[in-house]
Amino acid sequence: MAPLPNGWEMVVGLEVHTELKTATKLFCGCANAFGAAPNTQVCPVCLGLPGSLPVLNEHAVDLAMAIGMALHCTIAPSTFHRKNYFYPDMPKDYQISQYDLPINSGGYLDLPDGSRVSIERAHMEEDTGKTTHLGGSGRIHGADRSLVDYNRSGVPLVEIVSGPDIRTPEQARAYASELRGILIATGASDGRMEEGSMRIDANVSVRRPDAPFGTRCEIKNLNSLRSLQRAIEYEALRQIELIEDGGTVRQETRHWDEVAGETSTMRTKEEAEDYRYFLEPDLVELAPDAAWQQRIREQLGPMPAARRAALSALLSHPQPAQLDAIEVVVDLELDEYVHAAAAAQADVAIALARAANEVAGNLESRSNLTTDAFSATVLMEQRGELSATQAKTVLGDVLASGGDPAAAAAARGFEQMSSDSLSSTVAGLIDANPDEWQRYRDGDDKLAQFFIGLVMKATKGQANGKSVIAELQARR
Amino acid sequence: MKSAVDIARDVNAGASAVEELERSLASIRSRNDELNVFLHVDEEGAYAAARRVDEIVAAGGSAGPLAGVPVALKDNLCTLGVPTTCSSKILDGWRPPYNATVVDRLRAAGAVPVGKTNLDEFAMGSSTENSAFGPTRNPLDPARVPGGSSGGSAAAVAANMTPLSLGSDTGGSIRQPAALCGLVGVKPTYGSVSRYGLIAFASSLDQIGPFAKTVADAALALEVIGGYDPKDSTSLNETAPQLLATLDSGVAGRRVGLVRELVEGSDDDVTRSVDRAAAVLRDAGATVVELSIPELTLGLSAYYLIAPAEASSNLARYDGVRYGLRVDAEDVAAMNEATRTAGFGAEVKRRIMLGTYALSAGYYDAYYGQALKVRTQMIAAFARAYADVDLLLGATTPSVAFAFGSKTNDPMAMYLNDVFTIPTNLSGEAAISVPFGTGEADLPVGVQLLGPGRSEPTLFAAARVLEVAEGR
Repeated sequence: MAPLPNGWEMVVGLEVHTELKTATKLFCGCANAFGAAPNTQVCPVCLGLPGSLPVLNEHAVDLAMAIGMALHCTIAPSTFHRKNYFYPDMPKDYQISQYDLPINSGGYLDLPDGSRVSIERAHMEEDTGKTTHLGGSGRIHGADRSLVDYNRSGVPLVEIVSGPDIRTPEQARAYASELRGILIATGASDGRMEEGSMRIDANVSVRRPDAPFGTRCEIKNLNSLRSLQRAIEYEALRQIELIEDGGTVRQETRHWDEVAGETSTMRTKEEAEDYRYFLEPDLVELAPDAAWQQRIREQLGPMPAARRAALSALLSHPQPAQLDAIEVVVDLELDEYVHAAAAAQADVAIALARAANEVAGNLESRSNLTTDAFSATVLMEQRGELSATQAKTVLGDVLASGGDPAAAAAARGFEQMSSDSLSSTVAGLIDANPDEWQRYRDGDDKLAQFFIGLVMKATKGQANGKSVIAELQARR
Repeated sequence: MKSAVDIARDVNAGASAVEELERSLASIRSRNDELNVFLHVDEEGAYAAARRVDEIVAAGGSAGPLAGVPVALKDNLCTLGVPTTCSSKILDGWRPPYNATVVDRLRAAGAVPVGKTNLDEFAMGSSTENSAFGPTRNPLDPARVPGGSSGGSAAAVAANMTPLSLGSDTGGSIRQPAALCGLVGVKPTYGSVSRYGLIAFASSLDQIGPFAKTVADAALALEVIGGYDPKDSTSLNETAPQLLATLDSGVAGRRVGLVRELVEGSDDDVTRSVDRAAAVLRDAGATVVELSIPELTLGLSAYYLIAPAEASSNLARYDGVRYGLRVDAEDVAAMNEATRTAGFGAEVKRRIMLGTYALSAGYYDAYYGQALKVRTQMIAAFARAYADVDLLLGATTPSVAFAFGSKTNDPMAMYLNDVFTIPTNLSGEAAISVPFGTGEADLPVGVQLLGPGRSEPTLFAAARVLEVAEGR
């Protein structure tokens, strides 16, 4: 966005909730899976039935520690507390969460632009059920009826709280995007924001540079990167306008309306709940020993920043478009294709472009494409055996149904065009277009494209552009 | 009525569990209307269990250490498909979809659960007068209370309806009614009996334990229900203590501390019983020393902050949304409020309010936080005492069973009934109440033996010494 008016600066901290990709819930053996029929993944524990007791899922602890390690946090003995408030989709009317002693604290996340955002903590807690309000506005007030699905109740969450270090909506977006990459890379989350497996609350305030922090407002439940960016921008401008008009910002929780593009008051500080936190007496201290921590550390693969650096290192002078392609490749975990192509002496630029476009566009069928087949296709394109268009088609065919790219090319009739036949085609077209040929010979290089277009048309795209240029230059 | 030990021995030898059940049901029928012991008798389930035991024995198998023993269950223990109310209107109509771990273990040991007994609502009380379904009467004197909160389970055994019952003890709710009904009652070490399926009052204090007429029956029951349960994270990771094997090992060479603060303020009859118990232990070869643990007097205040604080959270779930009572209103918050207003009794509301206040921002440090510090001091004080002695001795309650209504208008007088029992819950250690002597109106007096965590074998052996001295 454009700089804020009159020298104002925004101060933003983000709280990101991520669902952990465990097989079962945080405190019981019910399946942790999205999309099942309502209230089919429940038991006495996650329904909070009288007499039931929680038992901590150790795999959730594995993933929480992996997140902490990836964010350079300190892992310490931790405890669980009860956060008490009434809400119909929270079956015990308290949430088991970590409070003064979180499992992870004091880390940081470096963004691609070189800035660093501090991580205050990354703690474990359980998710609530999901309420659907029928009738009225679709929100709880004024609804005719509400239906509650407890399948999500007790799903493990990690809440990652950043320091108030973010200064622009773009930086907020970059932070969320980078964090999402890390969550995927650790195996902790699938990062699917549209399914709610990653949800963001933003704390926004404004100030004059170097002034103390202003009063902040918390915007709840931003569930896309676009919403995050828009909501922060709107909220900062709202606060500036308010202050410049002589008003003061009230500390409050605000709701983001995606359609109207506005935030609105949910509850003020005075209406805020007193959560009456106290130590959860049904659980004991969580203190993963050194061997447990070591096991998780050893399983941790490289994080997105390191993977981007590894791909950039394959190029001598990475261009902006290539850096974008690298970001896509890392985000979608397609690194192995590019590295395999590089190992096979294929052109990395071509490999990146094909991975970030053709493979990225057919992610669901990527298992049909081996790294060898990918490398072979890039090599065929690079050697001129396939035109770029043909290479894309071949990749599409292999992604759709597997198999060998050479066979796929043959099946499409993408025979290598012999240089004799290309030569006679070019000769024929020169004879047919003497004026253009003369201008080309006189130095008008733009006409090369004219002849390439004619050759492509005549050969139905089977000719290789570089070979055509070579042919033209030989006759010039 | 035969003891549990005798019933199990005879049933395993071929005596009929069904006939034993019929004797139990007959005595329930004869006095339940008068005493209001059982809220629900599960005849069908009990017959099925008894028949299964008989079939196993008929087929030549062993039906387990509690074969054919009728057992009464406090109605805060979850029983699959059988109403479980906590003596509260708010759980009206709820049938748990699962058994408490202790219920599963009883059944696996051949016991025959016959029904669910009355209690102070959500185990909050010391007389069973706080039940939404009317008070239970003391079988020894129906004009008096049986104690509480496990008054129904105590009365079931005292009235010879079942030889064994289970209760829960958060601040004395097993030991106090045991004393008032002339029974053995045990508060086991915290974590030694699974709480899974025990409807929580105060999770860090609650512990399930048995009532019986004899120390041996109580030992048998605790051996069956105790031991590690992966479903309770606070469960101690060890097997149940073996108590019967060492029951007659005596107290020779043991050091016993007679604690001034666990007798002070008692009626003279009670004090005399405790002194006489000390003499009996001394005669049996123990060294008895008098000692003082001043921190114990702080227990009551700390308890009445910690227990209500946990209760205010544990009882939040009764909101009308998912099960039990619902009183409809215009929106969810109003429905929650109307349901809880109608569903909870006065004592439960008092404690929820007390606990909510104690945990509130601005009051936490002064109340709940302070109570936790007292608790820490109490644990340290017990540890200092146990560095010097093996067991502690005192009274279970300051008086014998009291008359109905005598303390209901004065919560503090009622709370003081638990002054001797509460410290053990705060420390998470073990204690047993044994009937020893009589007091006013020839009613039984209970003396209390206390020990460190996992000291049950020593406690039971000492209790057995007192029992033998009483000619039982």
